[in-house]
Amino acid sequence: MTDTRQLAYIAAQAADARVNVELETEGMTLNIGPQHPATHGTLRIIVRLDGERVVAAEPVMGYMHRGYEKLAEVRTYPQVTTLVNRIDWLGSFANEVPFILAAERLMEVEAPPRARWIRTALFELSRIANVVLFLGDMGVQLGAVTPVFFAFRDREFVLNQIEAVTGGRFHPNFDRIGGLKDDLPKGWIEETRSVLGRIRTFCDEMEDLVAGNEIFEARTRNIGVIPADVGLAYGLSGANIRASGVDWDLRRDGDMGLAHGELDWKVWTHPDGDSFARYWVRLQEVREACTIVEQCLDGLPSGPVMAKVPRIIKVPAGEAYVETENPLGVMGYYIVSKGDLVPYRVKIRSASFNNVSITPWLLEGVYVPDVISILASLYFILGDIDR
Amino acid sequence: MGLVENGKLPKPLTALLNVSRKYSLWVYQWGLACCAIEMGAAFASPRYDVMRLGVIPFPASPRQADLVVVSGTVTDKMAPAVKRLYEQMPDPKYVISMGSCANCGGPYWDSYSVTKGVDQIIPVDVYVPGCPPRPEALLEGIVLLQERIRSEDMGERWNGDPIVVS
Ligand code: SF4
Repeated sequence: MTDTRQLAYIAAQAADARVNVELETEGMTLNIGPQHPATHGTLRIIVRLDGERVVAAEPVMGYMHRGYEKLAEVRTYPQVTTLVNRIDWLGSFANEVPFILAAERLMEVEAPPRARWIRTALFELSRIANVVLFLGDMGVQLGAVTPVFFAFRDREFVLNQIEAVTGGRFHPNFDRIGGLKDDLPKGWIEETRSVLGRIRTFCDEMEDLVAGNEIFEARTRNIGVIPADVGLAYGLSGANIRASGVDWDLRRDGDMGLAHGELDWKVWTHPDGDSFARYWVRLQEVREACTIVEQCLDGLPSGPVMAKVPRIIKVPAGEAYVETENPLGVMGYYIVSKGDLVPYRVKIRSASFNNVSITPWLLEGVYVPDVISILASLYFILGDIDR
Repeated sequence: MGLVENGKLPKPLTALLNVSRKYSLWVYQWGLACCAIEMGAAFASPRYDVMRLGVIPFPASPRQADLVVVSGTVTDKMAPAVKRLYEQMPDPKYVISMGSCANCGGPYWDSYSVTKGVDQIIPVDVYVPGCPPRPEALLEGIVLLQERIRSEDMGERWNGDPIVVS
């Protein structure tokens, strides 16, 4: 290189550097929420931006804090189920189950086999009702409006089935200590089979329409990658951790006291850990839930649905902790009883709280539009975070 | 609009104005908790389809909305935001309170962190009871509100009692 060319090169570099200095932005604080469609309710996230990049993100919780743990101390055991229904409002029945199981463990009663199997079927139906909405909603977050219409359309049929058994579309309040309130209504099994067929079609549609969509893949592949060890360190659970390749599902590995152990099904995992993987794993889980419900309907044992329990329920003194694999992840109840009509203390471990705790780590360095796709793929429900 | 607010508009014009307002309610979805999903079912699902009533659930901000549906639990932390939202809406504006929580606190009537009724902070036109109310109930509330708008005299609009869907 001759001298003049070298000098010109240096001058150009210096000019570039000057421009860069001028373009350096001051940083901006952007407030997402507390009312934002991507937050499924009222999560608020404060992000500090440098241009389009997120420098730091801080979730602000508590906008939906309703004080369940304190309220549970003044409600009798049967009344508590009414309350805990509303924690994860998309899959309400699944919220009752761990609480009832913990109370049953303290009282040393066991639900009859038929009750256990119906519980399993309803548990998985509420998983379908929950995750189906996610499958459609994720499209909306990324700008595709149609999938959510499909989701709402097919979800209605699942809700109808839940309503036919329990009397409640949303909040069934159907689980009792020692069994279930009622048996299945006539003709329910056949109808449910046809609904499961619909859900399977819906899953195929979503696989085509959303997961197979080029734009969707471009916006979710390699976005928001959670390595398995980081996910475990933050206490992620459910599909979020299975999408990072961790093969861990309490329905198979835990002691849930439902009928999952006697059925034939599979735990899905995905090695990538990105937003797409989380979507894909949930999609497969809905299909798997359909299989589980179908097997429950096939092998439903006969017999009573309620064990012998006293009319006025007093739970003997002691402590019990039961956790189950709920639609959003691991949910557990720690009950301390002093032998009263009401629990002395109930500690609720809900999945979404841990699932969003990773956001400051995960959102650092991503672009603003990706914040939305990452939040949507983490899939949390506000009631489940704030309780 | 001074004439409108003072009720000095000629009758036929008021009627025309009211009919057009009735069928172009832009509704802001202030979904807070479980009820938000039922509201979503009513507004976004093909089964209930609120648009056939002339209600448009697409405003991106409360500044474009005529109607707000407060659905779900209003907590004390959320209450200032709800009030601010209401103040941002242009007049004439209507509020539907959906669900027991927004009406009176619902299952959290004795909770330390829940506002016992959104009507403590903003005026409510229609109460839709239920926990959660079915989507049909919300549609009924909207229809009743439209009825009221149709025969409304702007000058007296604050005098009526709130509607309760039953
Ligand atoms: S009224 Fe019931 S369903 Fe509605 S937000 Fe309150 S607890 Fe949830």
